[in-house]
Amino acid sequence: MIGRYLPLATRLFCLVLPLALGGCSDIELFNPKGDIGAQERTLILMALGIMLAVVIPVIVLTLAFAWRYRASNTRATYAPKWAHSNAIEAVVWSIPCVIVLFLAVLIWRTTHSLDPYRPLESSVAPVRVEVVALNWKWLFIYPDYGVATVNRLAVPVGTPINFRLTSESMMNSFFIPQLGSQIYAMAGMQTQLHLIADVPGTYAGLSSAFSGPGFSDMHFDTLAMPRERFDAWVSQARNAPAALDDATYRVLEQPSTKAPVTTYARVTPGLFDSIVDRYMAGRMPSMAFNDSAPICTAQGLAPRSKE
Amino acid sequence: MMFGKLSLEAIPFHEPIIIGTGAVVAILGVGILGLITYLHQWKYLWDEWITSVDHKKIGVMYFGLGLVMLLRGFADAIMMRAQQAMAAGGAAGYLPPQHYDQIFTAHGVIMIFFVATPFLLGLMNVVVPLQIGARDVAFPFVNSLGFWLSAVGGALVMISMWVGDFAATGWVAYPPLSELGYSPTVGVDYYLWSLQVSGLGTTLAGINFIVTILRMRAPGMDLMKMPVFTWTALITNILIVAIFPVLTATLALLSVDRYIDMHFFTNELGGNAMMYINLIWIWGHPEVYVLILPAFGAFSEIIATFSGKPLFGYKSMVYATSSIGVLSFSVWLHHFFTMGSGANVNAFFGIMTTIISIPTGVKLFNWLFTMFRGRIRFHSATLWTIGFMVTFAVGGMTGVLLAVPGADFVLHNSLFLVAHFHNVIIGGTVFGSLAGMSFWFPKVFGFTLNEFWGKVSFWCWLIGYWLAFTPLYILGFKCMTRRMNHYDVPGWHPYLVVALIGACIIGAGILALIIQLAVSIRDRKENRDLTGDPWDARSLEWSTASPAPFYNFAHIPRITSLEQHWEDKETGRVGMLASYYDDIHMPKNTSAGFVISAFGFVLCFALVWHMWVFATIGLFGMVATFILRTYNRDVDYYVPAAQVARIESERYALTRKAAYR
Repeated sequence: MIGRYLPLATRLFCLVLPLALGGCSDIELFNPKGDIGAQERTLILMALGIMLAVVIPVIVLTLAFAWRYRASNTRATYAPKWAHSNAIEAVVWSIPCVIVLFLAVLIWRTTHSLDPYRPLESSVAPVRVEVVALNWKWLFIYPDYGVATVNRLAVPVGTPINFRLTSESMMNSFFIPQLGSQIYAMAGMQTQLHLIADVPGTYAGLSSAFSGPGFSDMHFDTLAMPRERFDAWVSQARNAPAALDDATYRVLEQPSTKAPVTTYARVTPGLFDSIVDRYMAGRMPSMAFNDSAPICTAQGLAPRSKE
Repeated sequence: MMFGKLSLEAIPFHEPIIIGTGAVVAILGVGILGLITYLHQWKYLWDEWITSVDHKKIGVMYFGLGLVMLLRGFADAIMMRAQQAMAAGGAAGYLPPQHYDQIFTAHGVIMIFFVATPFLLGLMNVVVPLQIGARDVAFPFVNSLGFWLSAVGGALVMISMWVGDFAATGWVAYPPLSELGYSPTVGVDYYLWSLQVSGLGTTLAGINFIVTILRMRAPGMDLMKMPVFTWTALITNILIVAIFPVLTATLALLSVDRYIDMHFFTNELGGNAMMYINLIWIWGHPEVYVLILPAFGAFSEIIATFSGKPLFGYKSMVYATSSIGVLSFSVWLHHFFTMGSGANVNAFFGIMTTIISIPTGVKLFNWLFTMFRGRIRFHSATLWTIGFMVTFAVGGMTGVLLAVPGADFVLHNSLFLVAHFHNVIIGGTVFGSLAGMSFWFPKVFGFTLNEFWGKVSFWCWLIGYWLAFTPLYILGFKCMTRRMNHYDVPGWHPYLVVALIGACIIGAGILALIIQLAVSIRDRKENRDLTGDPWDARSLEWSTASPAPFYNFAHIPRITSLEQHWEDKETGRVGMLASYYDDIHMPKNTSAGFVISAFGFVLCFALVWHMWVFATIGLFGMVATFILRTYNRDVDYYVPAAQVARIESERYALTRKAAYR
């Protein structure tokens, strides 16, 4: 239903706001490349449109009243005692109430339909990606293919991407603006995100939650490619010389900036879960390291000792 | 051992910017101290200001603190804007991340805690007792203590620049980044203790004003005859008392994490950093309304006065203010929709947030209808108000947009968010404080502020704001995130250059403000307000002299009307000399507030550097001084009726002279 108003709303928006500097096409959020992003653009424009319908008249009235009732304009009516009107008060309470009612319905519906945890409906089987925010780079693990990359995300177009996310230590926010929603990556926890790319291309990805001195360089390219090229990319990645095992991971998780794009083959199975679990079991990682109980080390990942 | 972690290495000699600024500040400081000594003004400062419990003087000192810290916070702002205007396309700019991260943290902390909060507490101090017909606040000594504790907090932040470093975590210091393992220097400790000590001061001020407003209103002033500014002050202080303990507790938990190896918010041992994020915003969102409600109150008084009409919809205003106060507690989660709380939770908090825009929208309409059929005089206070209405309407709208979870999923933490909260804080709190300053200045000092420079300042702030932050709104849509030290996207650069120009224009507005103060002090004789009511205003504070005598009112007024002073003018009951006077009961000045705070400074500084001996001395000094103060029975005195009569008849003579002119 929302979709029907989209073209009109978009056109109005580009006309109304000076954002049209150079056209909306170079403004990333108004130029989404995936369905989630497109829905969010529509939502932003609808919400803005509803509110501007009140905000613009209020601004105009403010300036108009200020000018009309200036002290030097003796022709304007002066009602020095007038300070109350049930009719006007009913109107000024109703207008925001009506707007909020509209917005509330909009919020309830879109918050559910855009819930990052909600799997996307598609006839195509989803690709699973496990995302680990490291200081200060991104690790992407493809559990279905046993490959992983640093600072580059390859996805097939027209295919739902099911992300699971965690962080090595800092809270980060995983965000590919042109595909849509972001979500936090938090240490010791996992979150989920479901996105889809509809158009092939290279899209910027970034962390939008400040995570320390290397934060500004914590961005990556998302390569959205047709399925055949993606499959070719996967088989190429499987032949990558480097393998991602415990030792490699422990080197990788050391803080660094501007880490080069790297592809790994032969990812140790369960690596992601062991990163999520590393802080669990009610003990310091260093203690778990010496512990025979196979909790943190179940998947063969020895957690980093405490600095 | 005595000096804990403190050594000469703590002073960043290798940072030319910091050392240069330090040298300038040191020279200026020595110059000012020397000037005070040369003019033999130490006794005056001590007797009339430092130990004063007069709410008007404390209000002025709060404003002074806010203005000084505004200069520092603005210097930080211009450095950030310059860095981002330079560090495009692979360039590193002139600030390395470690320094830049401290600057944006300090900017946020200073602007919220040491500029906006002192401005509003200053306004409330000056205005509330006068508006309710009281002679001082309920607890004058606590008022002095609260101010000095806040000043100590500001001093700690300033000192962190030259001794050690400040937090590099962002202004809410999210763990795990703010935990000892990731922020091992004293920066976060400076952050914690400066906020703890100033937060204590703010809490004391909150308690004080609640009691003052509820217990010390003039006879006849029931709650619905209370001026709107006092109403907003009441709700604000209830919020302060409700939320600042949450901040204190949250920061205390982070402190024990850092000091005694606890694990409330660590990654390890069952700590949960997300709990901190919830707690800090349970304080943080109502705090937003602490910052804006008094500004709403000031605008309400100003727009009614300069429209020559009562405020439209007084009852609506009261209910709107109160409901904002209640609703502000049910929205905090909108600061982290992207944490993955689930659709029901996100939708609930999104809808609650939009509901707050109902009472806020009503207020905007009420100011609009106050202007309707008025006779609007374009004093600079009026300009600030109209500028606020236009600016805030946009800021409110972008805030509601961010409250839509689906929109926040792509706008969260972007420069759109940065633009939004500057839109409401500059357009609301700052405009409101400066409007309030130009409005109530004559009540404290007895002369009006220079209008020309006031209007120059307004236009610079207004144009500067729009030029600085409109590009940030656009950059938010272009997906530039906040707190970036450098960036590779060339498309962002032109917008950031425009934003830098806007920030410079705001700087011109601050300069105009300083010139305005200087010119006004120079011309104080010409701008003397002899009437006590220079704006033909409506509420009680304008019925006494300008400057208000230290006892505020020779006789406590009797209240029969919402706009008592206006009604008295209508019925010809102003400007008369009373036939008799009583002795007036007043509080005595005390140095206890200053001394306790000085020990508080020692305590906090020592805690930052792990100097346990000094920390013990500081804590002991605070407690001992407080106990001594409680045993002091010599805390009040009576102003003899004859002295009151003399002051009042002198004032009467002046008023007649003014009327003669």
